[in-house]
Amino acid sequence: MTATEAPTTGHVGQVRLRKEDARLVTGRATWTDNITPAGCLYMMVVRSPMAHATVTGVDVSVATDAPGVVAAYTGADLADAWQTSLPSVWQVTPDVKEPPHYPLTQDKVRFVGDGVAVVLATSRQAAVDAAELVDVTYDPLPAVTDVAQALKDEVLVHDDEGTNRCYSYHWDSGNVDEVFEQADVVVERRLINQRLIPTAIEPRAVVAQPEPTGGYTVFSATQIPHILRIQLAIVCGVPEHQLRVVAPDVGGGFGSKLNIYAEEALALALAQKLGQPIKWTETRSEGYQATIHGRDHIQDLAIAATSDGRIVGFKADIKADLGAYLQLVTTGTPMLGAFMYPAIYKLEAHDLTITGVFTTKTPTDAYRGAGRPEATFAIERMVDELAAELGMDPMEVRRKSWIAHEEFPYDTITGLTYDSGNYEAATDKAMALFGYDELRREQQQRRDDGDTTQLGIGISTFTEMCGLAPSRALGSLNYRAGGWEHATIRMLPTGKIQVITGTSPHGQGHVTSWSQIAADALGLPYEDVEVLHGDTAISHKGMDTYGSRSLAIGGYAVHEAAQKVIAKAKRFAAHLLEASEDDIEFADGTFSVRGSPDAAKTIQDIALAVFAAHDYPEDMEPALDAEATIDPENFSFPHGTHLCAAEVDTETGRVTIRRYVAVDDVGKVINPQIVEGQVHGGIAQGVGQALYEEAVYDADGNLTTGSLLDYHVPSAADLPAFETDRTETPATSNPLGVKGVGEAGTIASTPAVVNAVVDALRPMGVTDVRMPTSPQHVWEAIEAAQGGAA
Amino acid sequence: MTNVQITVDGTTYEDEVEPRLLLVQYLRDVLGKTGTNIGCDTSNCGACTVHLDGRSVKSCTVLAVQADGATVDTIEGLASTDGAGGDGDATAGWHPLQRAFHTEHGLQCGYCTPGMIMAAADLLRENPDPSEEEVRHGLEGNLCRCTGYVNIVKAVRTAAAELRGEEVGA
Repeated sequence: MTATEAPTTGHVGQVRLRKEDARLVTGRATWTDNITPAGCLYMMVVRSPMAHATVTGVDVSVATDAPGVVAAYTGADLADAWQTSLPSVWQVTPDVKEPPHYPLTQDKVRFVGDGVAVVLATSRQAAVDAAELVDVTYDPLPAVTDVAQALKDEVLVHDDEGTNRCYSYHWDSGNVDEVFEQADVVVERRLINQRLIPTAIEPRAVVAQPEPTGGYTVFSATQIPHILRIQLAIVCGVPEHQLRVVAPDVGGGFGSKLNIYAEEALALALAQKLGQPIKWTETRSEGYQATIHGRDHIQDLAIAATSDGRIVGFKADIKADLGAYLQLVTTGTPMLGAFMYPAIYKLEAHDLTITGVFTTKTPTDAYRGAGRPEATFAIERMVDELAAELGMDPMEVRRKSWIAHEEFPYDTITGLTYDSGNYEAATDKAMALFGYDELRREQQQRRDDGDTTQLGIGISTFTEMCGLAPSRALGSLNYRAGGWEHATIRMLPTGKIQVITGTSPHGQGHVTSWSQIAADALGLPYEDVEVLHGDTAISHKGMDTYGSRSLAIGGYAVHEAAQKVIAKAKRFAAHLLEASEDDIEFADGTFSVRGSPDAAKTIQDIALAVFAAHDYPEDMEPALDAEATIDPENFSFPHGTHLCAAEVDTETGRVTIRRYVAVDDVGKVINPQIVEGQVHGGIAQGVGQALYEEAVYDADGNLTTGSLLDYHVPSAADLPAFETDRTETPATSNPLGVKGVGEAGTIASTPAVVNAVVDALRPMGVTDVRMPTSPQHVWEAIEAAQGGAA
Repeated sequence: MTNVQITVDGTTYEDEVEPRLLLVQYLRDVLGKTGTNIGCDTSNCGACTVHLDGRSVKSCTVLAVQADGATVDTIEGLASTDGAGGDGDATAGWHPLQRAFHTEHGLQCGYCTPGMIMAAADLLRENPDPSEEEVRHGLEGNLCRCTGYVNIVKAVRTAAAELRGEEVGA
């Protein structure tokens, strides 16, 4: 072994089986609904069956007298419980409309599922029965179910705002008019990015309990215990230090648990009012109305290029259906994509308009990818449309226009700096794995033969911005919070450590990955690391888990805290070894004196000596514990090349994915097995959007896909085995070289699949198939292209 | 109220229950056996899958009174030892499916996992050597939103090989 060779015994970069699994595979997890404090009251929310109506009366008297019922309240009864409205975190424009949003409505209902009253009973069953006895009278108003109708402002969702236009945002850079006028070719399309329901398999739940010593504990199925604590303290008027929020085991989130929900505020307010624990668990059908939806953009797009296929400009005019109220990041979700429409291409001009619109539907908010899937779908679909217009191979167009590896770091036209990337390497690897040329030959053969089952090949050479986010950048965008992350390392006397993280995992395996990072940094056995999270009484600082941020910022914080522990331990070691600090070397958990390898102390020796505190430097405290709060210098930019081969039955419209190859570059990898799992799951959700899922409302504003019977979450039988591989181009914005992986698969896969479906049908004149590309939508696209009546 | 006698994970319980009480609510709310989860209200997700007299059922589609006199096995009784052991190598007493979900990373958040494992156990009882296609179709009544199913399918086939007595992980 030479002096420069990296240690081979490290945990980072290796598969380590998850520490999280034991309780999960044996049925010993602690989900929020498993928590039932003594004397707990069950809460049921009485919800509007109408999309839009004036509430003319709410009578809870019969319900209050029902067996087992302790209390029932209307919105008016609880009006004094709120210090302020439920929060919207992002003031996207100076004049954004932010109408009040209280946990129960009083004047009007604005979507099916809007809460009008609550019932509290001693059992779940009694609460369900009593909720039926609440008498609400409504004076119906017209529903507003699409953005074009809403923008006419004939029927207002929030009367006091005077308009359904929540905000309009415009941004251009480069000489847009000149670039588009001088372009050899401009292709325009309207694409629909349909409404989706996140569907974490664990429904939302909350338990709020008064503590005998004062204050309250709130258990919630949330991704964001820290943000929830601050916001609930503000909304309910509980002093922050008297509010403990716990995210116990949380069964998936995907953005749907990244919010401050009415039921969380209600449970805490009612625990305050009644002095008893309050528990609420949504049913799935209830959650489909009361938990946020995602996407729902109409995208009017134009791409400009030279005749030889060099992309020069992109325009996007986005109408975003925000639903009835602003939840936490409702306004900002389209904005998270605003920077990413140029994607990996060297554009000369960029023009973006986003119009956020109120409708009488469930609020939309961040769903896995949050803005970036919408942007990526837009650009990657349009590059394929451009290639078809030019008669070029769609990969050739991409190669001509993307940022070359040697051009990094690259300043984009939207003001971002992509620190690193290697689109060539990921693409070459994916093309070889996929057998691109062979599949193109088969496609041509089927076209020549007039096969009724056509083969399509779809490409997505995506990038995204994640690792949310540099706090100053957020501040400049009027986002009302920071994007830092925190970690503490506690050194125990026997040399074991506790890592306390501000991230809040709900399936991502942070306990395992953070153990790998800390073990390597400190030279400790992996088994000697415990990772604690998700309880504000233990983890006092954090910004939680969303936006593929946890590793790039939270993992970085763990690494940084470890460096601080080492720096302290080094001074103790120098003291104990009677050497100059400059002569102390640290490797594999041992401090030694340079040139005297026998003079050494392990980090465990130091930990015990510091605990005893009999002999340590005058100017130090006897402690090795350290904390780090990391504010990232930049976003991170994972990328990759996803290729999909889809067979489309032109007679039935049925789409079958034959091959799906994904080569992702997420920078350095801590645990390849966890990363691969994140990619698999991400792809599945993106394929779900492409092929199966859509939240559908009828003209009266009823959610007709109101349960898992009607909303098609893909099963194992609906999906192929995804083939995944990686390239590794380290991020330069953090010492671990990591980028983030949680959303990449979802962002990448939707356009890859839809491009394949459209590619299969292109000889029939089809230029788009509306998502989901169901048999019906495929059939309609074929009929329309061939002049049919559809 | 109706009297029921149900043997759950080897212990026989006798309780007065409302006729409308679902088996899954009986397990969770009456017995406190919260290893079995509820993920929907339309019998689509399979999170609540248990074995009723040895066959897998979605316990949200069975009333507690219908299970009177029956034997119910849940995820909590699947390991041959306590199974609650700590991290690391405390997997010795686990069922091969529990071990394979762990080694193949067949779970992320873990909420669907108890139902998925119980459904898979019944699938392997019927078909000890399922192909990938057969696993995918055999588990189509159980939804997972995290894994994309790739590693669940692997885990089930790995466990199947172990249950057939083949060497695993060679």
